[in-house]
Formats: sequence, C-alpha cells, structure tokens
Amino acid sequence: MLQAEAAVAGSGRAPSPLWTFGILRSELTTTLRRWRTLALLGVLAAVPVLIGIAVRIETNDGSSPGQGGGEGGPAFLSQVTNNGLFLVFAALAVTLPVFLPMAVGVVAGDSVAGEASAGTLRYLLVAPAGRTRLLLTKYASVLVFCLVATLVVALSALAVGALLFPVGEVTTISGTRIGFGEGLLRAGLIAVVVAASLTGFAAVGLFVSTLTGSGIAAMAATVGLLITVQIVDGIPQLSALHPYLFPHYWMSYADLLRAPVYWDEVVKNLGLQGLYAVVFGSAAWARFTAKDITA
Amino acid sequence: MTESGTVIEPTAVTEPGAVIETRGLTKRYRGGQLAVDGLDLSVPGGSIFGFLGPNGSGKTTTIRMLMGLIEATSGSAQLLGHPVPGAARTVLPQVGALIEGPALYGFLSGRDNLLRYDSADPTADPRTRRARVGQALDRVGLAAAAGKKARAYSLGMKQRLGLAAALLQPRRLLVLDEPTNGLDPQGMREIRALVRELAADGTTVFLSSHLLDEIEQVCTHAAVMARGRLITQGPVAELAAGARGRLAVTTPDPGEAVRVLAELGITGITVDGDRVSAEAPPGDVELADLSAALVHAGVRLRSFGVQRASLEDAFVALTGEGFDVAG
Ligand SMILES: Nc1ncnc2c1ncn2[C@@H]1O[C@H](COP(=O)(O)OP(=O)(O)OP(=O)(O)O)[C@@H](O)[C@H]1O
Ligand SMILES: [Mg+2]
Repeated sequence: MLQAEAAVAGSGRAPSPLWTFGILRSELTTTLRRWRTLALLGVLAAVPVLIGIAVRIETNDGSSPGQGGGEGGPAFLSQVTNNGLFLVFAALAVTLPVFLPMAVGVVAGDSVAGEASAGTLRYLLVAPAGRTRLLLTKYASVLVFCLVATLVVALSALAVGALLFPVGEVTTISGTRIGFGEGLLRAGLIAVVVAASLTGFAAVGLFVSTLTGSGIAAMAATVGLLITVQIVDGIPQLSALHPYLFPHYWMSYADLLRAPVYWDEVVKNLGLQGLYAVVFGSAAWARFTAKDITA
Repeated sequence: MTESGTVIEPTAVTEPGAVIETRGLTKRYRGGQLAVDGLDLSVPGGSIFGFLGPNGSGKTTTIRMLMGLIEATSGSAQLLGHPVPGAARTVLPQVGALIEGPALYGFLSGRDNLLRYDSADPTADPRTRRARVGQALDRVGLAAAAGKKARAYSLGMKQRLGLAAALLQPRRLLVLDEPTNGLDPQGMREIRALVRELAADGTTVFLSSHLLDEIEQVCTHAAVMARGRLITQGPVAELAAGARGRLAVTTPDPGEAVRVLAELGITGITVDGDRVSAEAPPGDVELADLSAALVHAGVRLRSFGVQRASLEDAFVALTGEGFDVAG
C-alpha cells in the first residue's frame, strides 16, 4: 500500500533543479575515493619530495645545483636553494610534461569506458542520468581532478620547500624582486594556469573514452596519444604543426614570473586548450549520445 | 469511480491502457544480426508480464530498446504512454530496471553503490536519499551486508543489490531481465514473493525469463519470443488453454484401447506399457462418452483423464520445436 500511495504522491513531486548536481558530487567522491586515483595523487605528491631532497643533498657538497649543466636541468631548479618557493615552480616544470597529463589521461580515459566495461553505465543511463548530463558530469569531474592533481604537486612542493630551504622575497625572471606574499599569489595563479593547461588533453581523453567499451584500452590509448604528441612537438622538422599541438605552450606558465607579467603565450595556451575542449568535447558528445550501450 | 466521491478505496492503483506498447520494433545489430524483428508488444497495466523465449531470442535486446540504451533500427515503442527514447528522461524515473544481471562498483560498499545510482536520477530528492537507500536494502534483505564492498558479494547478493537499485523509487513499471539468475531456491521464492507484492501495490512487472515454470508461477500475462519474432502474447491461462492437453489412459488392455480410441477419431495415439496417451479430443467431445465407449468395449480402466497443457506444451505447439537456442 505504501508503495502505491508513494507512487501517487511521486507523480506530483516537483524536483528542484539543484538536485541535478547530486550526480556531480557522487562522481567526484567516487573518483577521488578510488584507490587508483589516490595512488596517482600519491606519486604526484612524492615528486617534489624527491626533487627537494635531491637538491638538498647536492647543495650539502657546497656547490650550487644545476651549475655544471647550465640551462640543462629543469627550469627554476637552481633557485630552489635560495628560496623554497621555487620548488613549486620546479616541481610543476618536472611534472607537467609527463606525470600530470598521464594522471589526467588515466582518469579521463577511464571515465566513460570504465563504466561501460563494468556495466554500470547502463544503470546510470536508466536511472536516468541523461547522456548529455552524464558526459558533462564526467568532464567536470576530470577538470576538478586536473586542479586537484596540480594543487597536490604545488602544495607538496610548497611544504617541502618551506621545510628544507629558506623562503623569502622572490627574484622574478626579469630580475626584479617581489615580496613573499606576492610570490605566493603568483604560485597560486601558476597552479591554476597549469591545471587549465590540462583541460584540452582532458577533453581528448574523454573523447577516446567514448570510443571503446574497455577502460584499459581507453587509458592506454589516451596516454599513448599524449606521448606521441609530445614527441611530435619535439621534432623541429614538424614545427609547422607545433602551434596546434595541445602541449606546445604548456611551459608558458613561466611567463607569469616576469615583472610585468608577459601574457602573450599564456593567452595562446588557454585559447588552444579552449579550442581542444570545444572540438573534442563536441566529438565526445556526438559519439556518446548516438552510441548503442550494449555492455 | 466512487459515486459519492467521499470514499477512495485504498486499493492498488491500476494503470489504464498499455504500459509498454511497441509497433514493428526491429533491431539489427551492427554485425548484421537481426535480433528483434517487427515486434508488436502490448503489456497491460497492472499485469505481471512474462517475456519468454529461449537464449538469443531477443529478450534483452527488446529491453535495451525500451530503456533507450540502444536505438531501434525501425519501429517505435511507448513506455507509460510516452515515446522512447524521446521522452526517456521523463518516464525512466518511474521505471526500475534490472538488465542482463546487476553491475556494481566493486570498490564501493553496497550502500554506496545505491547512493550513486540514486544520485544519477535528477528527480531523486537528495534529502531523503539515505532513507530511500536504507529501505531498498531492507526490502531485498541486504541491510546486514550493506557496508561490505560489493566486490566481496556473492552472485545472489549482487543480484539482490541490483534489484534494490531498481526499487529505489516507487515505480510504475519494473523491468526485470532474468531476475532469478544465480539465486538459490530460497532467493527465487523471495523474488517471486516480492514481484507479487509489488504487483499487488499496482506496479506493472515485466519479467523476462527462459524458465517456463517461473513464468507460469507468477505471471498473469505472457509473450513468447523465438528468433527475434513474437510468437504469441496474452493471458497465461489462455496461452496454456490454446495448446490442447493430453488424454491419458492407464489400462491393462492397451491394444484394445488404442483400437477403440482410433475408431472414435482420436489422433496422436502413443502407447507406453499400460499407458495410452493421445491428443485431447476437441471441445465438443464429452469425455464421459469416451470412457463409456472404452468400458463398453471391455477395456478395463485404471485411470482416465485429460492433463492440462503447460506453457511448455504451448510453446512447443506454437513453434513446432523445442526450447533451443536459435543459430
Ligand atoms: N551487442 C550485440 N552485438 C551483436 N549481436 C548481439 C548483441 N547482443 C545480442 N546480440 C545477438 O542478438 C540476438 C538476441 O540476443 P539477446 O541478448 O537479445 O537474447 P536474449 O533473448 O536476451 O537471450 P538470453 O536468454 O540468453 O539472455 C542473439 O542472436 C545475439 O547473438
Ligand atoms: Mg538476455
């Protein structure tokens, strides 16, 4: 009887538009609670620790790090001993080419394909999650993961830098000095820009994820694509292509450490990421909304 | 309904008209396999509808089309009076489904699995989510194991959790694809009881199965599929009645009995020891006359009667073949 009464009451209920975000919350907690996600974040957090300790050991010899190699080492590494804050910039420079996008590739590649191979996708769709709503939710949660992953690197680097090295006024690339407070602000801005640099690739991963019913295949393909594009970006003979490759302007975040800030390439980077997000996001949508879900 | 307009009977809410209605519904998979071929299905509201067919006959494919998971190659389908997949977002909150067995997040607990499925429904109130999930767990007898990771569930427990997901909301229609798969006899009985209980509350239950007894035991209506085509549909009693039963005679004089029966125009006579069996006579033949004729001819009778046709007989009569997988 209860069932019947509730059914009658149910037909009259007016769902609040806010309820639609329940799935986003669920998606975020589900993603962030996975053992795999935590392992990826753990690796990312460990990178600054390793760099910090390595620099600390090397400087105990009395020499300044990176001096022998000149410009050879990762950016900002030589400044770390003078100012721990530079460990944030150095750690981002080390993780941005491979570690960060790889983590994003795993999460984005698995987002739809993983649910398809587990069969849970069909139950989300009959709930009914709605295909467009589900895809937007998946992309939003991958974007949040981009930010979280970047912040994990930055905060871990900040903690290790403050612990092992002195902190204080920051010498910009232009040679001028800014206060530590402003330096921190710049670091925060850089973290956000780095996270935004990953959004184009995240859309590519999401698209790949809608193409296959196997989570592993989607992750492998996404990460494989990243490596291929990185290699193409490094071949001078293909320089005509370079401005259209999503990682091409990734390192432009360093321009945020100039005084005054040099925005040119940062803007180009963000524009390119937006373009990738629109193109691959639309492709993912076209594919996903027309797809037969048989798994 | 009530003349005075004062008393509203707290009886089951029955659905007017058909809850599922398809017209020429056809699905050809990308590989070229014609899985469902011109299906005209009509599921009356308030029924427990058995969707019967051997393995590979297109039951799951039909359900996938009804749920908007795959696109029909041609034809149309209506769910609760709305076209699907067009109006899927409006109807599906009122439909619970178990399709091709349960699918769970192994790394989440049973309760968290349900919380996730519930939050996927934009019409589900987040304030009452925990209570709903708790009720659904109780209903399938999983409350004690709710905190356990789903990957540690047994097959039957997974099946129950899948059912719980289908029961998160009060539903007008419940679509269950082989719901007793993997359950022990006790579990099967519980599912049957649950289905009857839900139906008594006014929920239409659409139950696919390849187990004839299961359908015969719980369903009020049934449809029979074979090789992607609908063979027949209607109330279970009519379907079984459609197939004529068997005349069964036990006698120490089988030879004489066969002669007498053949003279009386009875067909399909077979003899097995002292048992003579034949196709039941047409309705206008009085059984008592038959037995009198046998006795008159000196045939001694140990037993005499007509055995009711089972759904399986009906199926064999309709398809002219056994309940086997089509190629
Ligand atoms: N994803 C698919 N791609 C191609 N062909 C498929 C697919 N799924 C099912 N089929 C084919 O469609 C036909 C009907 O399959 P379906 O799963 O609908 O049968 P079923 O009646 O549910 O069988 P069962 O009782 O075994 O569950 C079969 O011949 C099957 O091989
Ligand atoms: Mg099936």
